[in-house]
Amino acid sequence: MTGTLAVLAPAIPAPRIEYAQLSPLLLVFGAAVAGVLVEAFAPRPLRRALHLPVAFGGLAGAFALTVAVAVASPVFSGGRPGDIAAVGAVAVDLPTLFIQGTIELLALISVLVIAESSHEVSAFAAQAAAVPGSSAERESLAAGISHTEVYPLTLFAVGGMLLFPASNDLVTMFVALEVLSLPLYLLSGLARRRRLLSQEAAMKYFLLGAFSSAFFLFGIAMLYGFSGSVRLSAIAAAASGNTSGGVLLYSGIALLGVGLLFKIGAVPFQAWKPDVYQGAPTPVTALMASCTLASAFGAVLRVFYVAFGQLTWDWRPAMWAVAIVTMLGGSIIAVTQTDVKRLLAYSSIAQAGYLLTGVVAASPAGLAGTMFYLAAYGATIVGAFAVVTLVQGHGGEAAHLSSWAGLGKRSPLVAGVFAFFLIALAGIPLTSGFMGKFAVFQAAISGGATPLVIVGAISSAILAFPYVRVIVLMFFSEPPQDGPVVVRPSGFTTTAVSVGALVTLVLGVVPEPLLRLAHDAAARLFVG
Amino acid sequence: MISPADYVALAAILFVIGGVGVLIRRNALVVFMCIELMLNAVNLAFIAFARLHGGLDGQVIAFFVMVVAAAEVVVGLAILTAIFRSRRSASVDDANLLKY
Repeated sequence: MTGTLAVLAPAIPAPRIEYAQLSPLLLVFGAAVAGVLVEAFAPRPLRRALHLPVAFGGLAGAFALTVAVAVASPVFSGGRPGDIAAVGAVAVDLPTLFIQGTIELLALISVLVIAESSHEVSAFAAQAAAVPGSSAERESLAAGISHTEVYPLTLFAVGGMLLFPASNDLVTMFVALEVLSLPLYLLSGLARRRRLLSQEAAMKYFLLGAFSSAFFLFGIAMLYGFSGSVRLSAIAAAASGNTSGGVLLYSGIALLGVGLLFKIGAVPFQAWKPDVYQGAPTPVTALMASCTLASAFGAVLRVFYVAFGQLTWDWRPAMWAVAIVTMLGGSIIAVTQTDVKRLLAYSSIAQAGYLLTGVVAASPAGLAGTMFYLAAYGATIVGAFAVVTLVQGHGGEAAHLSSWAGLGKRSPLVAGVFAFFLIALAGIPLTSGFMGKFAVFQAAISGGATPLVIVGAISSAILAFPYVRVIVLMFFSEPPQDGPVVVRPSGFTTTAVSVGALVTLVLGVVPEPLLRLAHDAAARLFVG
Repeated sequence: MISPADYVALAAILFVIGGVGVLIRRNALVVFMCIELMLNAVNLAFIAFARLHGGLDGQVIAFFVMVVAAAEVVVGLAILTAIFRSRRSASVDDANLLKY
């Protein structure tokens, strides 16, 4: 009987999976699964000690493998710019590898901040299920425990972030988007202090994120209806042969754009960003502000350069408008902020606008500039949020600006480092922020978007005001009586802040090596 | 005669109903149900397009969407339950600590 069936059934060829090229992704997901096993089988006191080597090893190993794949890339079959792995689902090319390497390094620094445990047990809730203010919560706090699930959740999120810009078809991209988003929704709600704020941030992030991914998905459906495929190259081919316009194509681009622009937090889809950045545990905010942004921009670049590369004249006007309102909106609202984390969130919105000018350039130079900016900005913002975790008041972090007054007189080093990060975010020369802005603006000018660059310069000038105000507040005002204290961090946070500051300085003084790497990677463009 | 294109129109209508529901309803659970309605509208669109193109891709994608939506329900309900237990309210208007 079985023999007959075997004869009748048509032979299904086994898919060829390029394990070597997918190894960075597989390692991160493998480490995440190992973390789940640790959570399931290891006794509670041992868990943190087991999670740390798994998380650090997984991310560092993934970076090493990414470098190895990039070094081996000249042998991509037949001189192509890259390879398509996993039966067409994942693209392995140099721009993607550059972005993946950036994400892995930034995630490594973020995990350092996540792992900090010297001034409190951890930044994460003792028991997320215990109602805030209840006796159950007091008991769990007194027991000195915390959620170690954050390590596998972080690794799953990072795995999704690595896949997101590498997706070669839109369904893979949607799955990657959810794999990166779902753990982040949970992580946002796990703060140890100010739990109501944290839970509210998680709810807002979740509802708005699910809402936007519905738009993303409907956009995919429209493009599938238009081209009969979800493969980016097939959509590009169908779009270039398109002569009759097409409601499906343009509504698909618009809806897909809404989903992607939500993830990068561009105006008018920015509403979630300040709330989530403020409410989430600060180490998670650092992860979101650096890695998620890099990943989402990688996906934006891939979709708009590969699938809609022939339609530049159609999407550019809309992208111009979004970039302008994002740059101006983010910087103007930042001026009125009184909370450090919220201020950094609005500044991050404005930075997303500067990065969009690199996307608008629609050239290899724009691609390279955006990639360089992502690496430079990511290191700066992780360092800045790591400093925020150190300034502690009575009920946890003292994020309100009034309590930062006179910080420079009490802790000159910490205040000095934070001022340096703010100067870098403002884009003053000799910092990486200046080089990053210069790279994207130069690409935008040669791409014919000079008005955008003028708006960008105005926005930078506006944004410098709140930064300078914070610096003046820290160094030229008297500290309040019962002000916050700067806690003494362990090696984890110290390393994160130092690496952030060092990268910010080095990329500002000698940006050449990384810029050249970005240009070399971008010259090969995305594989279609 | 109902053509596949009519199903696409129905999917668009359902999607808009879900979208409007997200914007005007107050209860977080109802908002979430409206998002689920949008996802199901997308599934209908995928299947109608698969019929139009004579391929199977769209039907397979609908399964992917269902699985992801199920995972989303798990995470979403966990967050909504936690917030309901601490606030005794599931209204999205009551969650107003984070603003400006």
